[in-house]
Amino acid sequence: MMNLSDFKDHYEELQAMTPESLIAQIRREGFQAYDKAGLPTKRNEEWKYTDVGRLLDNKYHFDDIQDASFRLEELEAIRLPGYQDANEIVFVNGRFAPALSNIRSAPGQLTVLPLETAAEGIYKGIVQEHLGCSNTYIKDGIHALNTSLINEGIFLYVPRGQELTHPLYIYHISDARRHNVLSQPRSLLCIEENTKVQLIEAFSTLGTEECFTNQVMEVVIRRNAVVEYYKIQNETANASQVSTTHFRQTGRSYLHAVTVTLNGGTIRNNMNVIMEAAGSEAHLFGLYVLNGHTHTDNHTLVDNMQPNCLSNELYKGILDDDATGVFNGKIIVRPDAQKTNAYQTNNNILLSDNAAVNTKPQLEIFADDVKCSHGCTVGQLDENALFYMRARGIPKPDAQQLLLKAFALDILDQVKPELLRGYVEQLITQRLAVNRK
Amino acid sequence: MLSIKNIHASIEDKPILKGIDLSIRAGEIHAIMGPNGSGKSTLASVLAGGEEYEVTEGSVTFLGKDLLEMSPEDRAREGLFLAFQYPVEIPGVSTTNFIKAAVNEKREYRGEEPLDAVNFMKLMKAKMAMLQIDQSLLSRSINEGFSGGEKKRNEIFQMAMLEPRLMILDEMDSGLDIDALRIVANGINKLRNENNAVLIITHYQRLLDYLQPDFVHVLYNGRIVRSGTKELALELEEHGYDFIKDEINLVASE
Repeated sequence: MMNLSDFKDHYEELQAMTPESLIAQIRREGFQAYDKAGLPTKRNEEWKYTDVGRLLDNKYHFDDIQDASFRLEELEAIRLPGYQDANEIVFVNGRFAPALSNIRSAPGQLTVLPLETAAEGIYKGIVQEHLGCSNTYIKDGIHALNTSLINEGIFLYVPRGQELTHPLYIYHISDARRHNVLSQPRSLLCIEENTKVQLIEAFSTLGTEECFTNQVMEVVIRRNAVVEYYKIQNETANASQVSTTHFRQTGRSYLHAVTVTLNGGTIRNNMNVIMEAAGSEAHLFGLYVLNGHTHTDNHTLVDNMQPNCLSNELYKGILDDDATGVFNGKIIVRPDAQKTNAYQTNNNILLSDNAAVNTKPQLEIFADDVKCSHGCTVGQLDENALFYMRARGIPKPDAQQLLLKAFALDILDQVKPELLRGYVEQLITQRLAVNRK
Repeated sequence: MLSIKNIHASIEDKPILKGIDLSIRAGEIHAIMGPNGSGKSTLASVLAGGEEYEVTEGSVTFLGKDLLEMSPEDRAREGLFLAFQYPVEIPGVSTTNFIKAAVNEKREYRGEEPLDAVNFMKLMKAKMAMLQIDQSLLSRSINEGFSGGEKKRNEIFQMAMLEPRLMILDEMDSGLDIDALRIVANGINKLRNENNAVLIITHYQRLLDYLQPDFVHVLYNGRIVRSGTKELALELEEHGYDFIKDEINLVASE
C-alpha cells in the first residue's frame, strides 16, 4: 500500500527541482494540509459511502512521462468525435503531454501552458491568486495530496471577448499496461469576460493494472462568460478516480455542466460551483448508468454567496448488478444571497436487488428570501409501462431498454454539441443493451 | 377464435374470476357488462397476460394455441390487442417510434420484412385519415399529457396499425364525451371484418349503441351469470344491475 513516506519522497523530489518557485510554495501548503488531514476514512461524513483509503491500498507508481509508453497512434482510439476541430489537451498519467496535444485556436484566442511555466511568467499573478482556492472548500487529504504533488499541470487562459469556435477536449489517459499508476492531473482555467467556451473532459485507461486518478481542476469564470462543461467517464473496472471540478463564478456568468458516468471502479466526483457574483446561473446535470461493481459518488456543492443566483441540479442514475451510487447535493445560501433560487433533483432506477443508492440533500440556508427545493426518488422500472409496451408486441428486454433510455433522455438532451451527444447516446445505448442482456 | 374454459384467476390469493366460459368466433362482437368489482378488467388483463394475476384453473385457446403459455408480447404478435382502460403515459418514448417498433415486431413474428420508413409513413397516414387522428399527437411521447379522449383515440390508432384478430376494449367509453365516443366507435366499426372479433368490456350501454354486439354477457362476482343478445344490454340499462344481483342472491338463498 501507499504510505506517507512514498508521498513524502516524491514530494521532496519535486520540491528539490525548483525549491523557490510559486508552485513549490503551493505544494508545500498542500503537503502540510495532507500531513495534517491524512486520507479520509468512512468516518468522515463527506466520505461515508466511498472508501477512498482502500484505493490506496495498492502500491502505485508515480510515472515519468518518458516512462509511459503511450504513443500518438494510440490516441486515435481515444479521441472524441469532432476532434479535428477541437483544441486537444492530453494528459498522460496525470502529466500534461504537449507533444500529443493540439491547440487549434489562434494564440490570441487561447493560451495553454504548463502550470509551472505559467506560474513564473506573465500569468504568475493569476496563478497566485486562483490556484488552490478549492482548498477552502475541500479540506480532506486526498485533495491536499493532489496539491502537494502538482507536477506538469496546465494553465489555460481564454482572453476577454473570445468566443472559442474550437471546443476544448481534455483527455486524461492512464497507461496502466505495465504497472499500477497514480495519476494526479492538476489544471487551472481562467475564462475571462465576455467569452464562450465548451469544455469536454474524458478519461481513458489502458491496460489492466490498477489505476487511480486523483484530479483537481479549478475554473475561474469571469463576468458574462458562458461555459459549457462535459465530463465523460467511461473507463474500466481497474480504473478509479476522485475527480474534483471547482468552478468559481467570480462575475455574473452562466455555467452548464453535465457529468456522464458509465464505467469504472470507484468514482468520486466533486462538482463545486461557487457563485461569488450576484445573478450567476448554473445548471448541473448528471447521468450514471452503472453495472458490475462500479461505485459512483457524485458530490455537488453550490455556494450562493451573492443575491439573485439561480442553480438547478438534476442527477439521474440507473444501477444494475452490484453497482452502488451516491448523490450528495449540498447547497449553501449565505446571508447576503437573498432571492436565491436553488433546485435539486436526484432520480434513480435500481435494476437488481444488489444495486443500491444513497441520496442526500444537504441545505444550509442563512438567508430568508430564497427558493430552494430538493427531491429524490429511488425505484424500479414502471411495471405498468412495461406491460403496456409488451402488450403491443415489444419484447420485454426491448421495452426495458426503451424505458431506461427514456429515463436517461433528460440528461442526454443536455449534451448540446451534436457530435458529442451522438457519441454519448451510442455509449448509453450499448450500455443498456449490455445491462438487459 | 377464442375459447375460454373455466378460468379461475386471483390476485394475491384473492379469487377474482371464479370459472368463466366464453367462446368468440371470427366476425362476432361480444360485450361483457357487469357492476364494479365483478372482474371485467381482470378478465381483460388475464387475456393480455397481465402478470399481477395468477390463473389458478382453466384454459384459454386463441387461434388454436394455448394463450396462457404465451408471454404478453407473443399474445400481441399472435393478434390479440387490449385497448387499455387507462393507457399508460411513457415520457421520453415517441409514439411514432413505439408504434413502428410494434408493427415491425409483429411483421417479424410472421416472417415478413420490416416496413421501411416510407411504407410505414404511408400506412400511418392512411390510418390517421381513417380515424381522424392528428399528426401532432403521434410526434409526442406515448400518451404524455394526452386528454382522456386523446389516449383512447391513440389506443384505437395503435389497434388500426396492428390489425389484430381479437380486439379487447376495456372500458373504451370511460372518459369520453359524446363526440369522442362517436369517433372512437366509428373507428372500431371501420376496423371490423369477418376475420376479426371484438370483445367489449363496459359498464354502460352507450358504446353498444354504436357497436351492435351479437352477444351480451353479464359478469357478476367472477362468473358469467347471464348471456343473451343485445336486448340484454337494454334491459340492464333500464333496470340497473340490481335485478341481476337480486336474482342471483335469490337463487343462492334457495
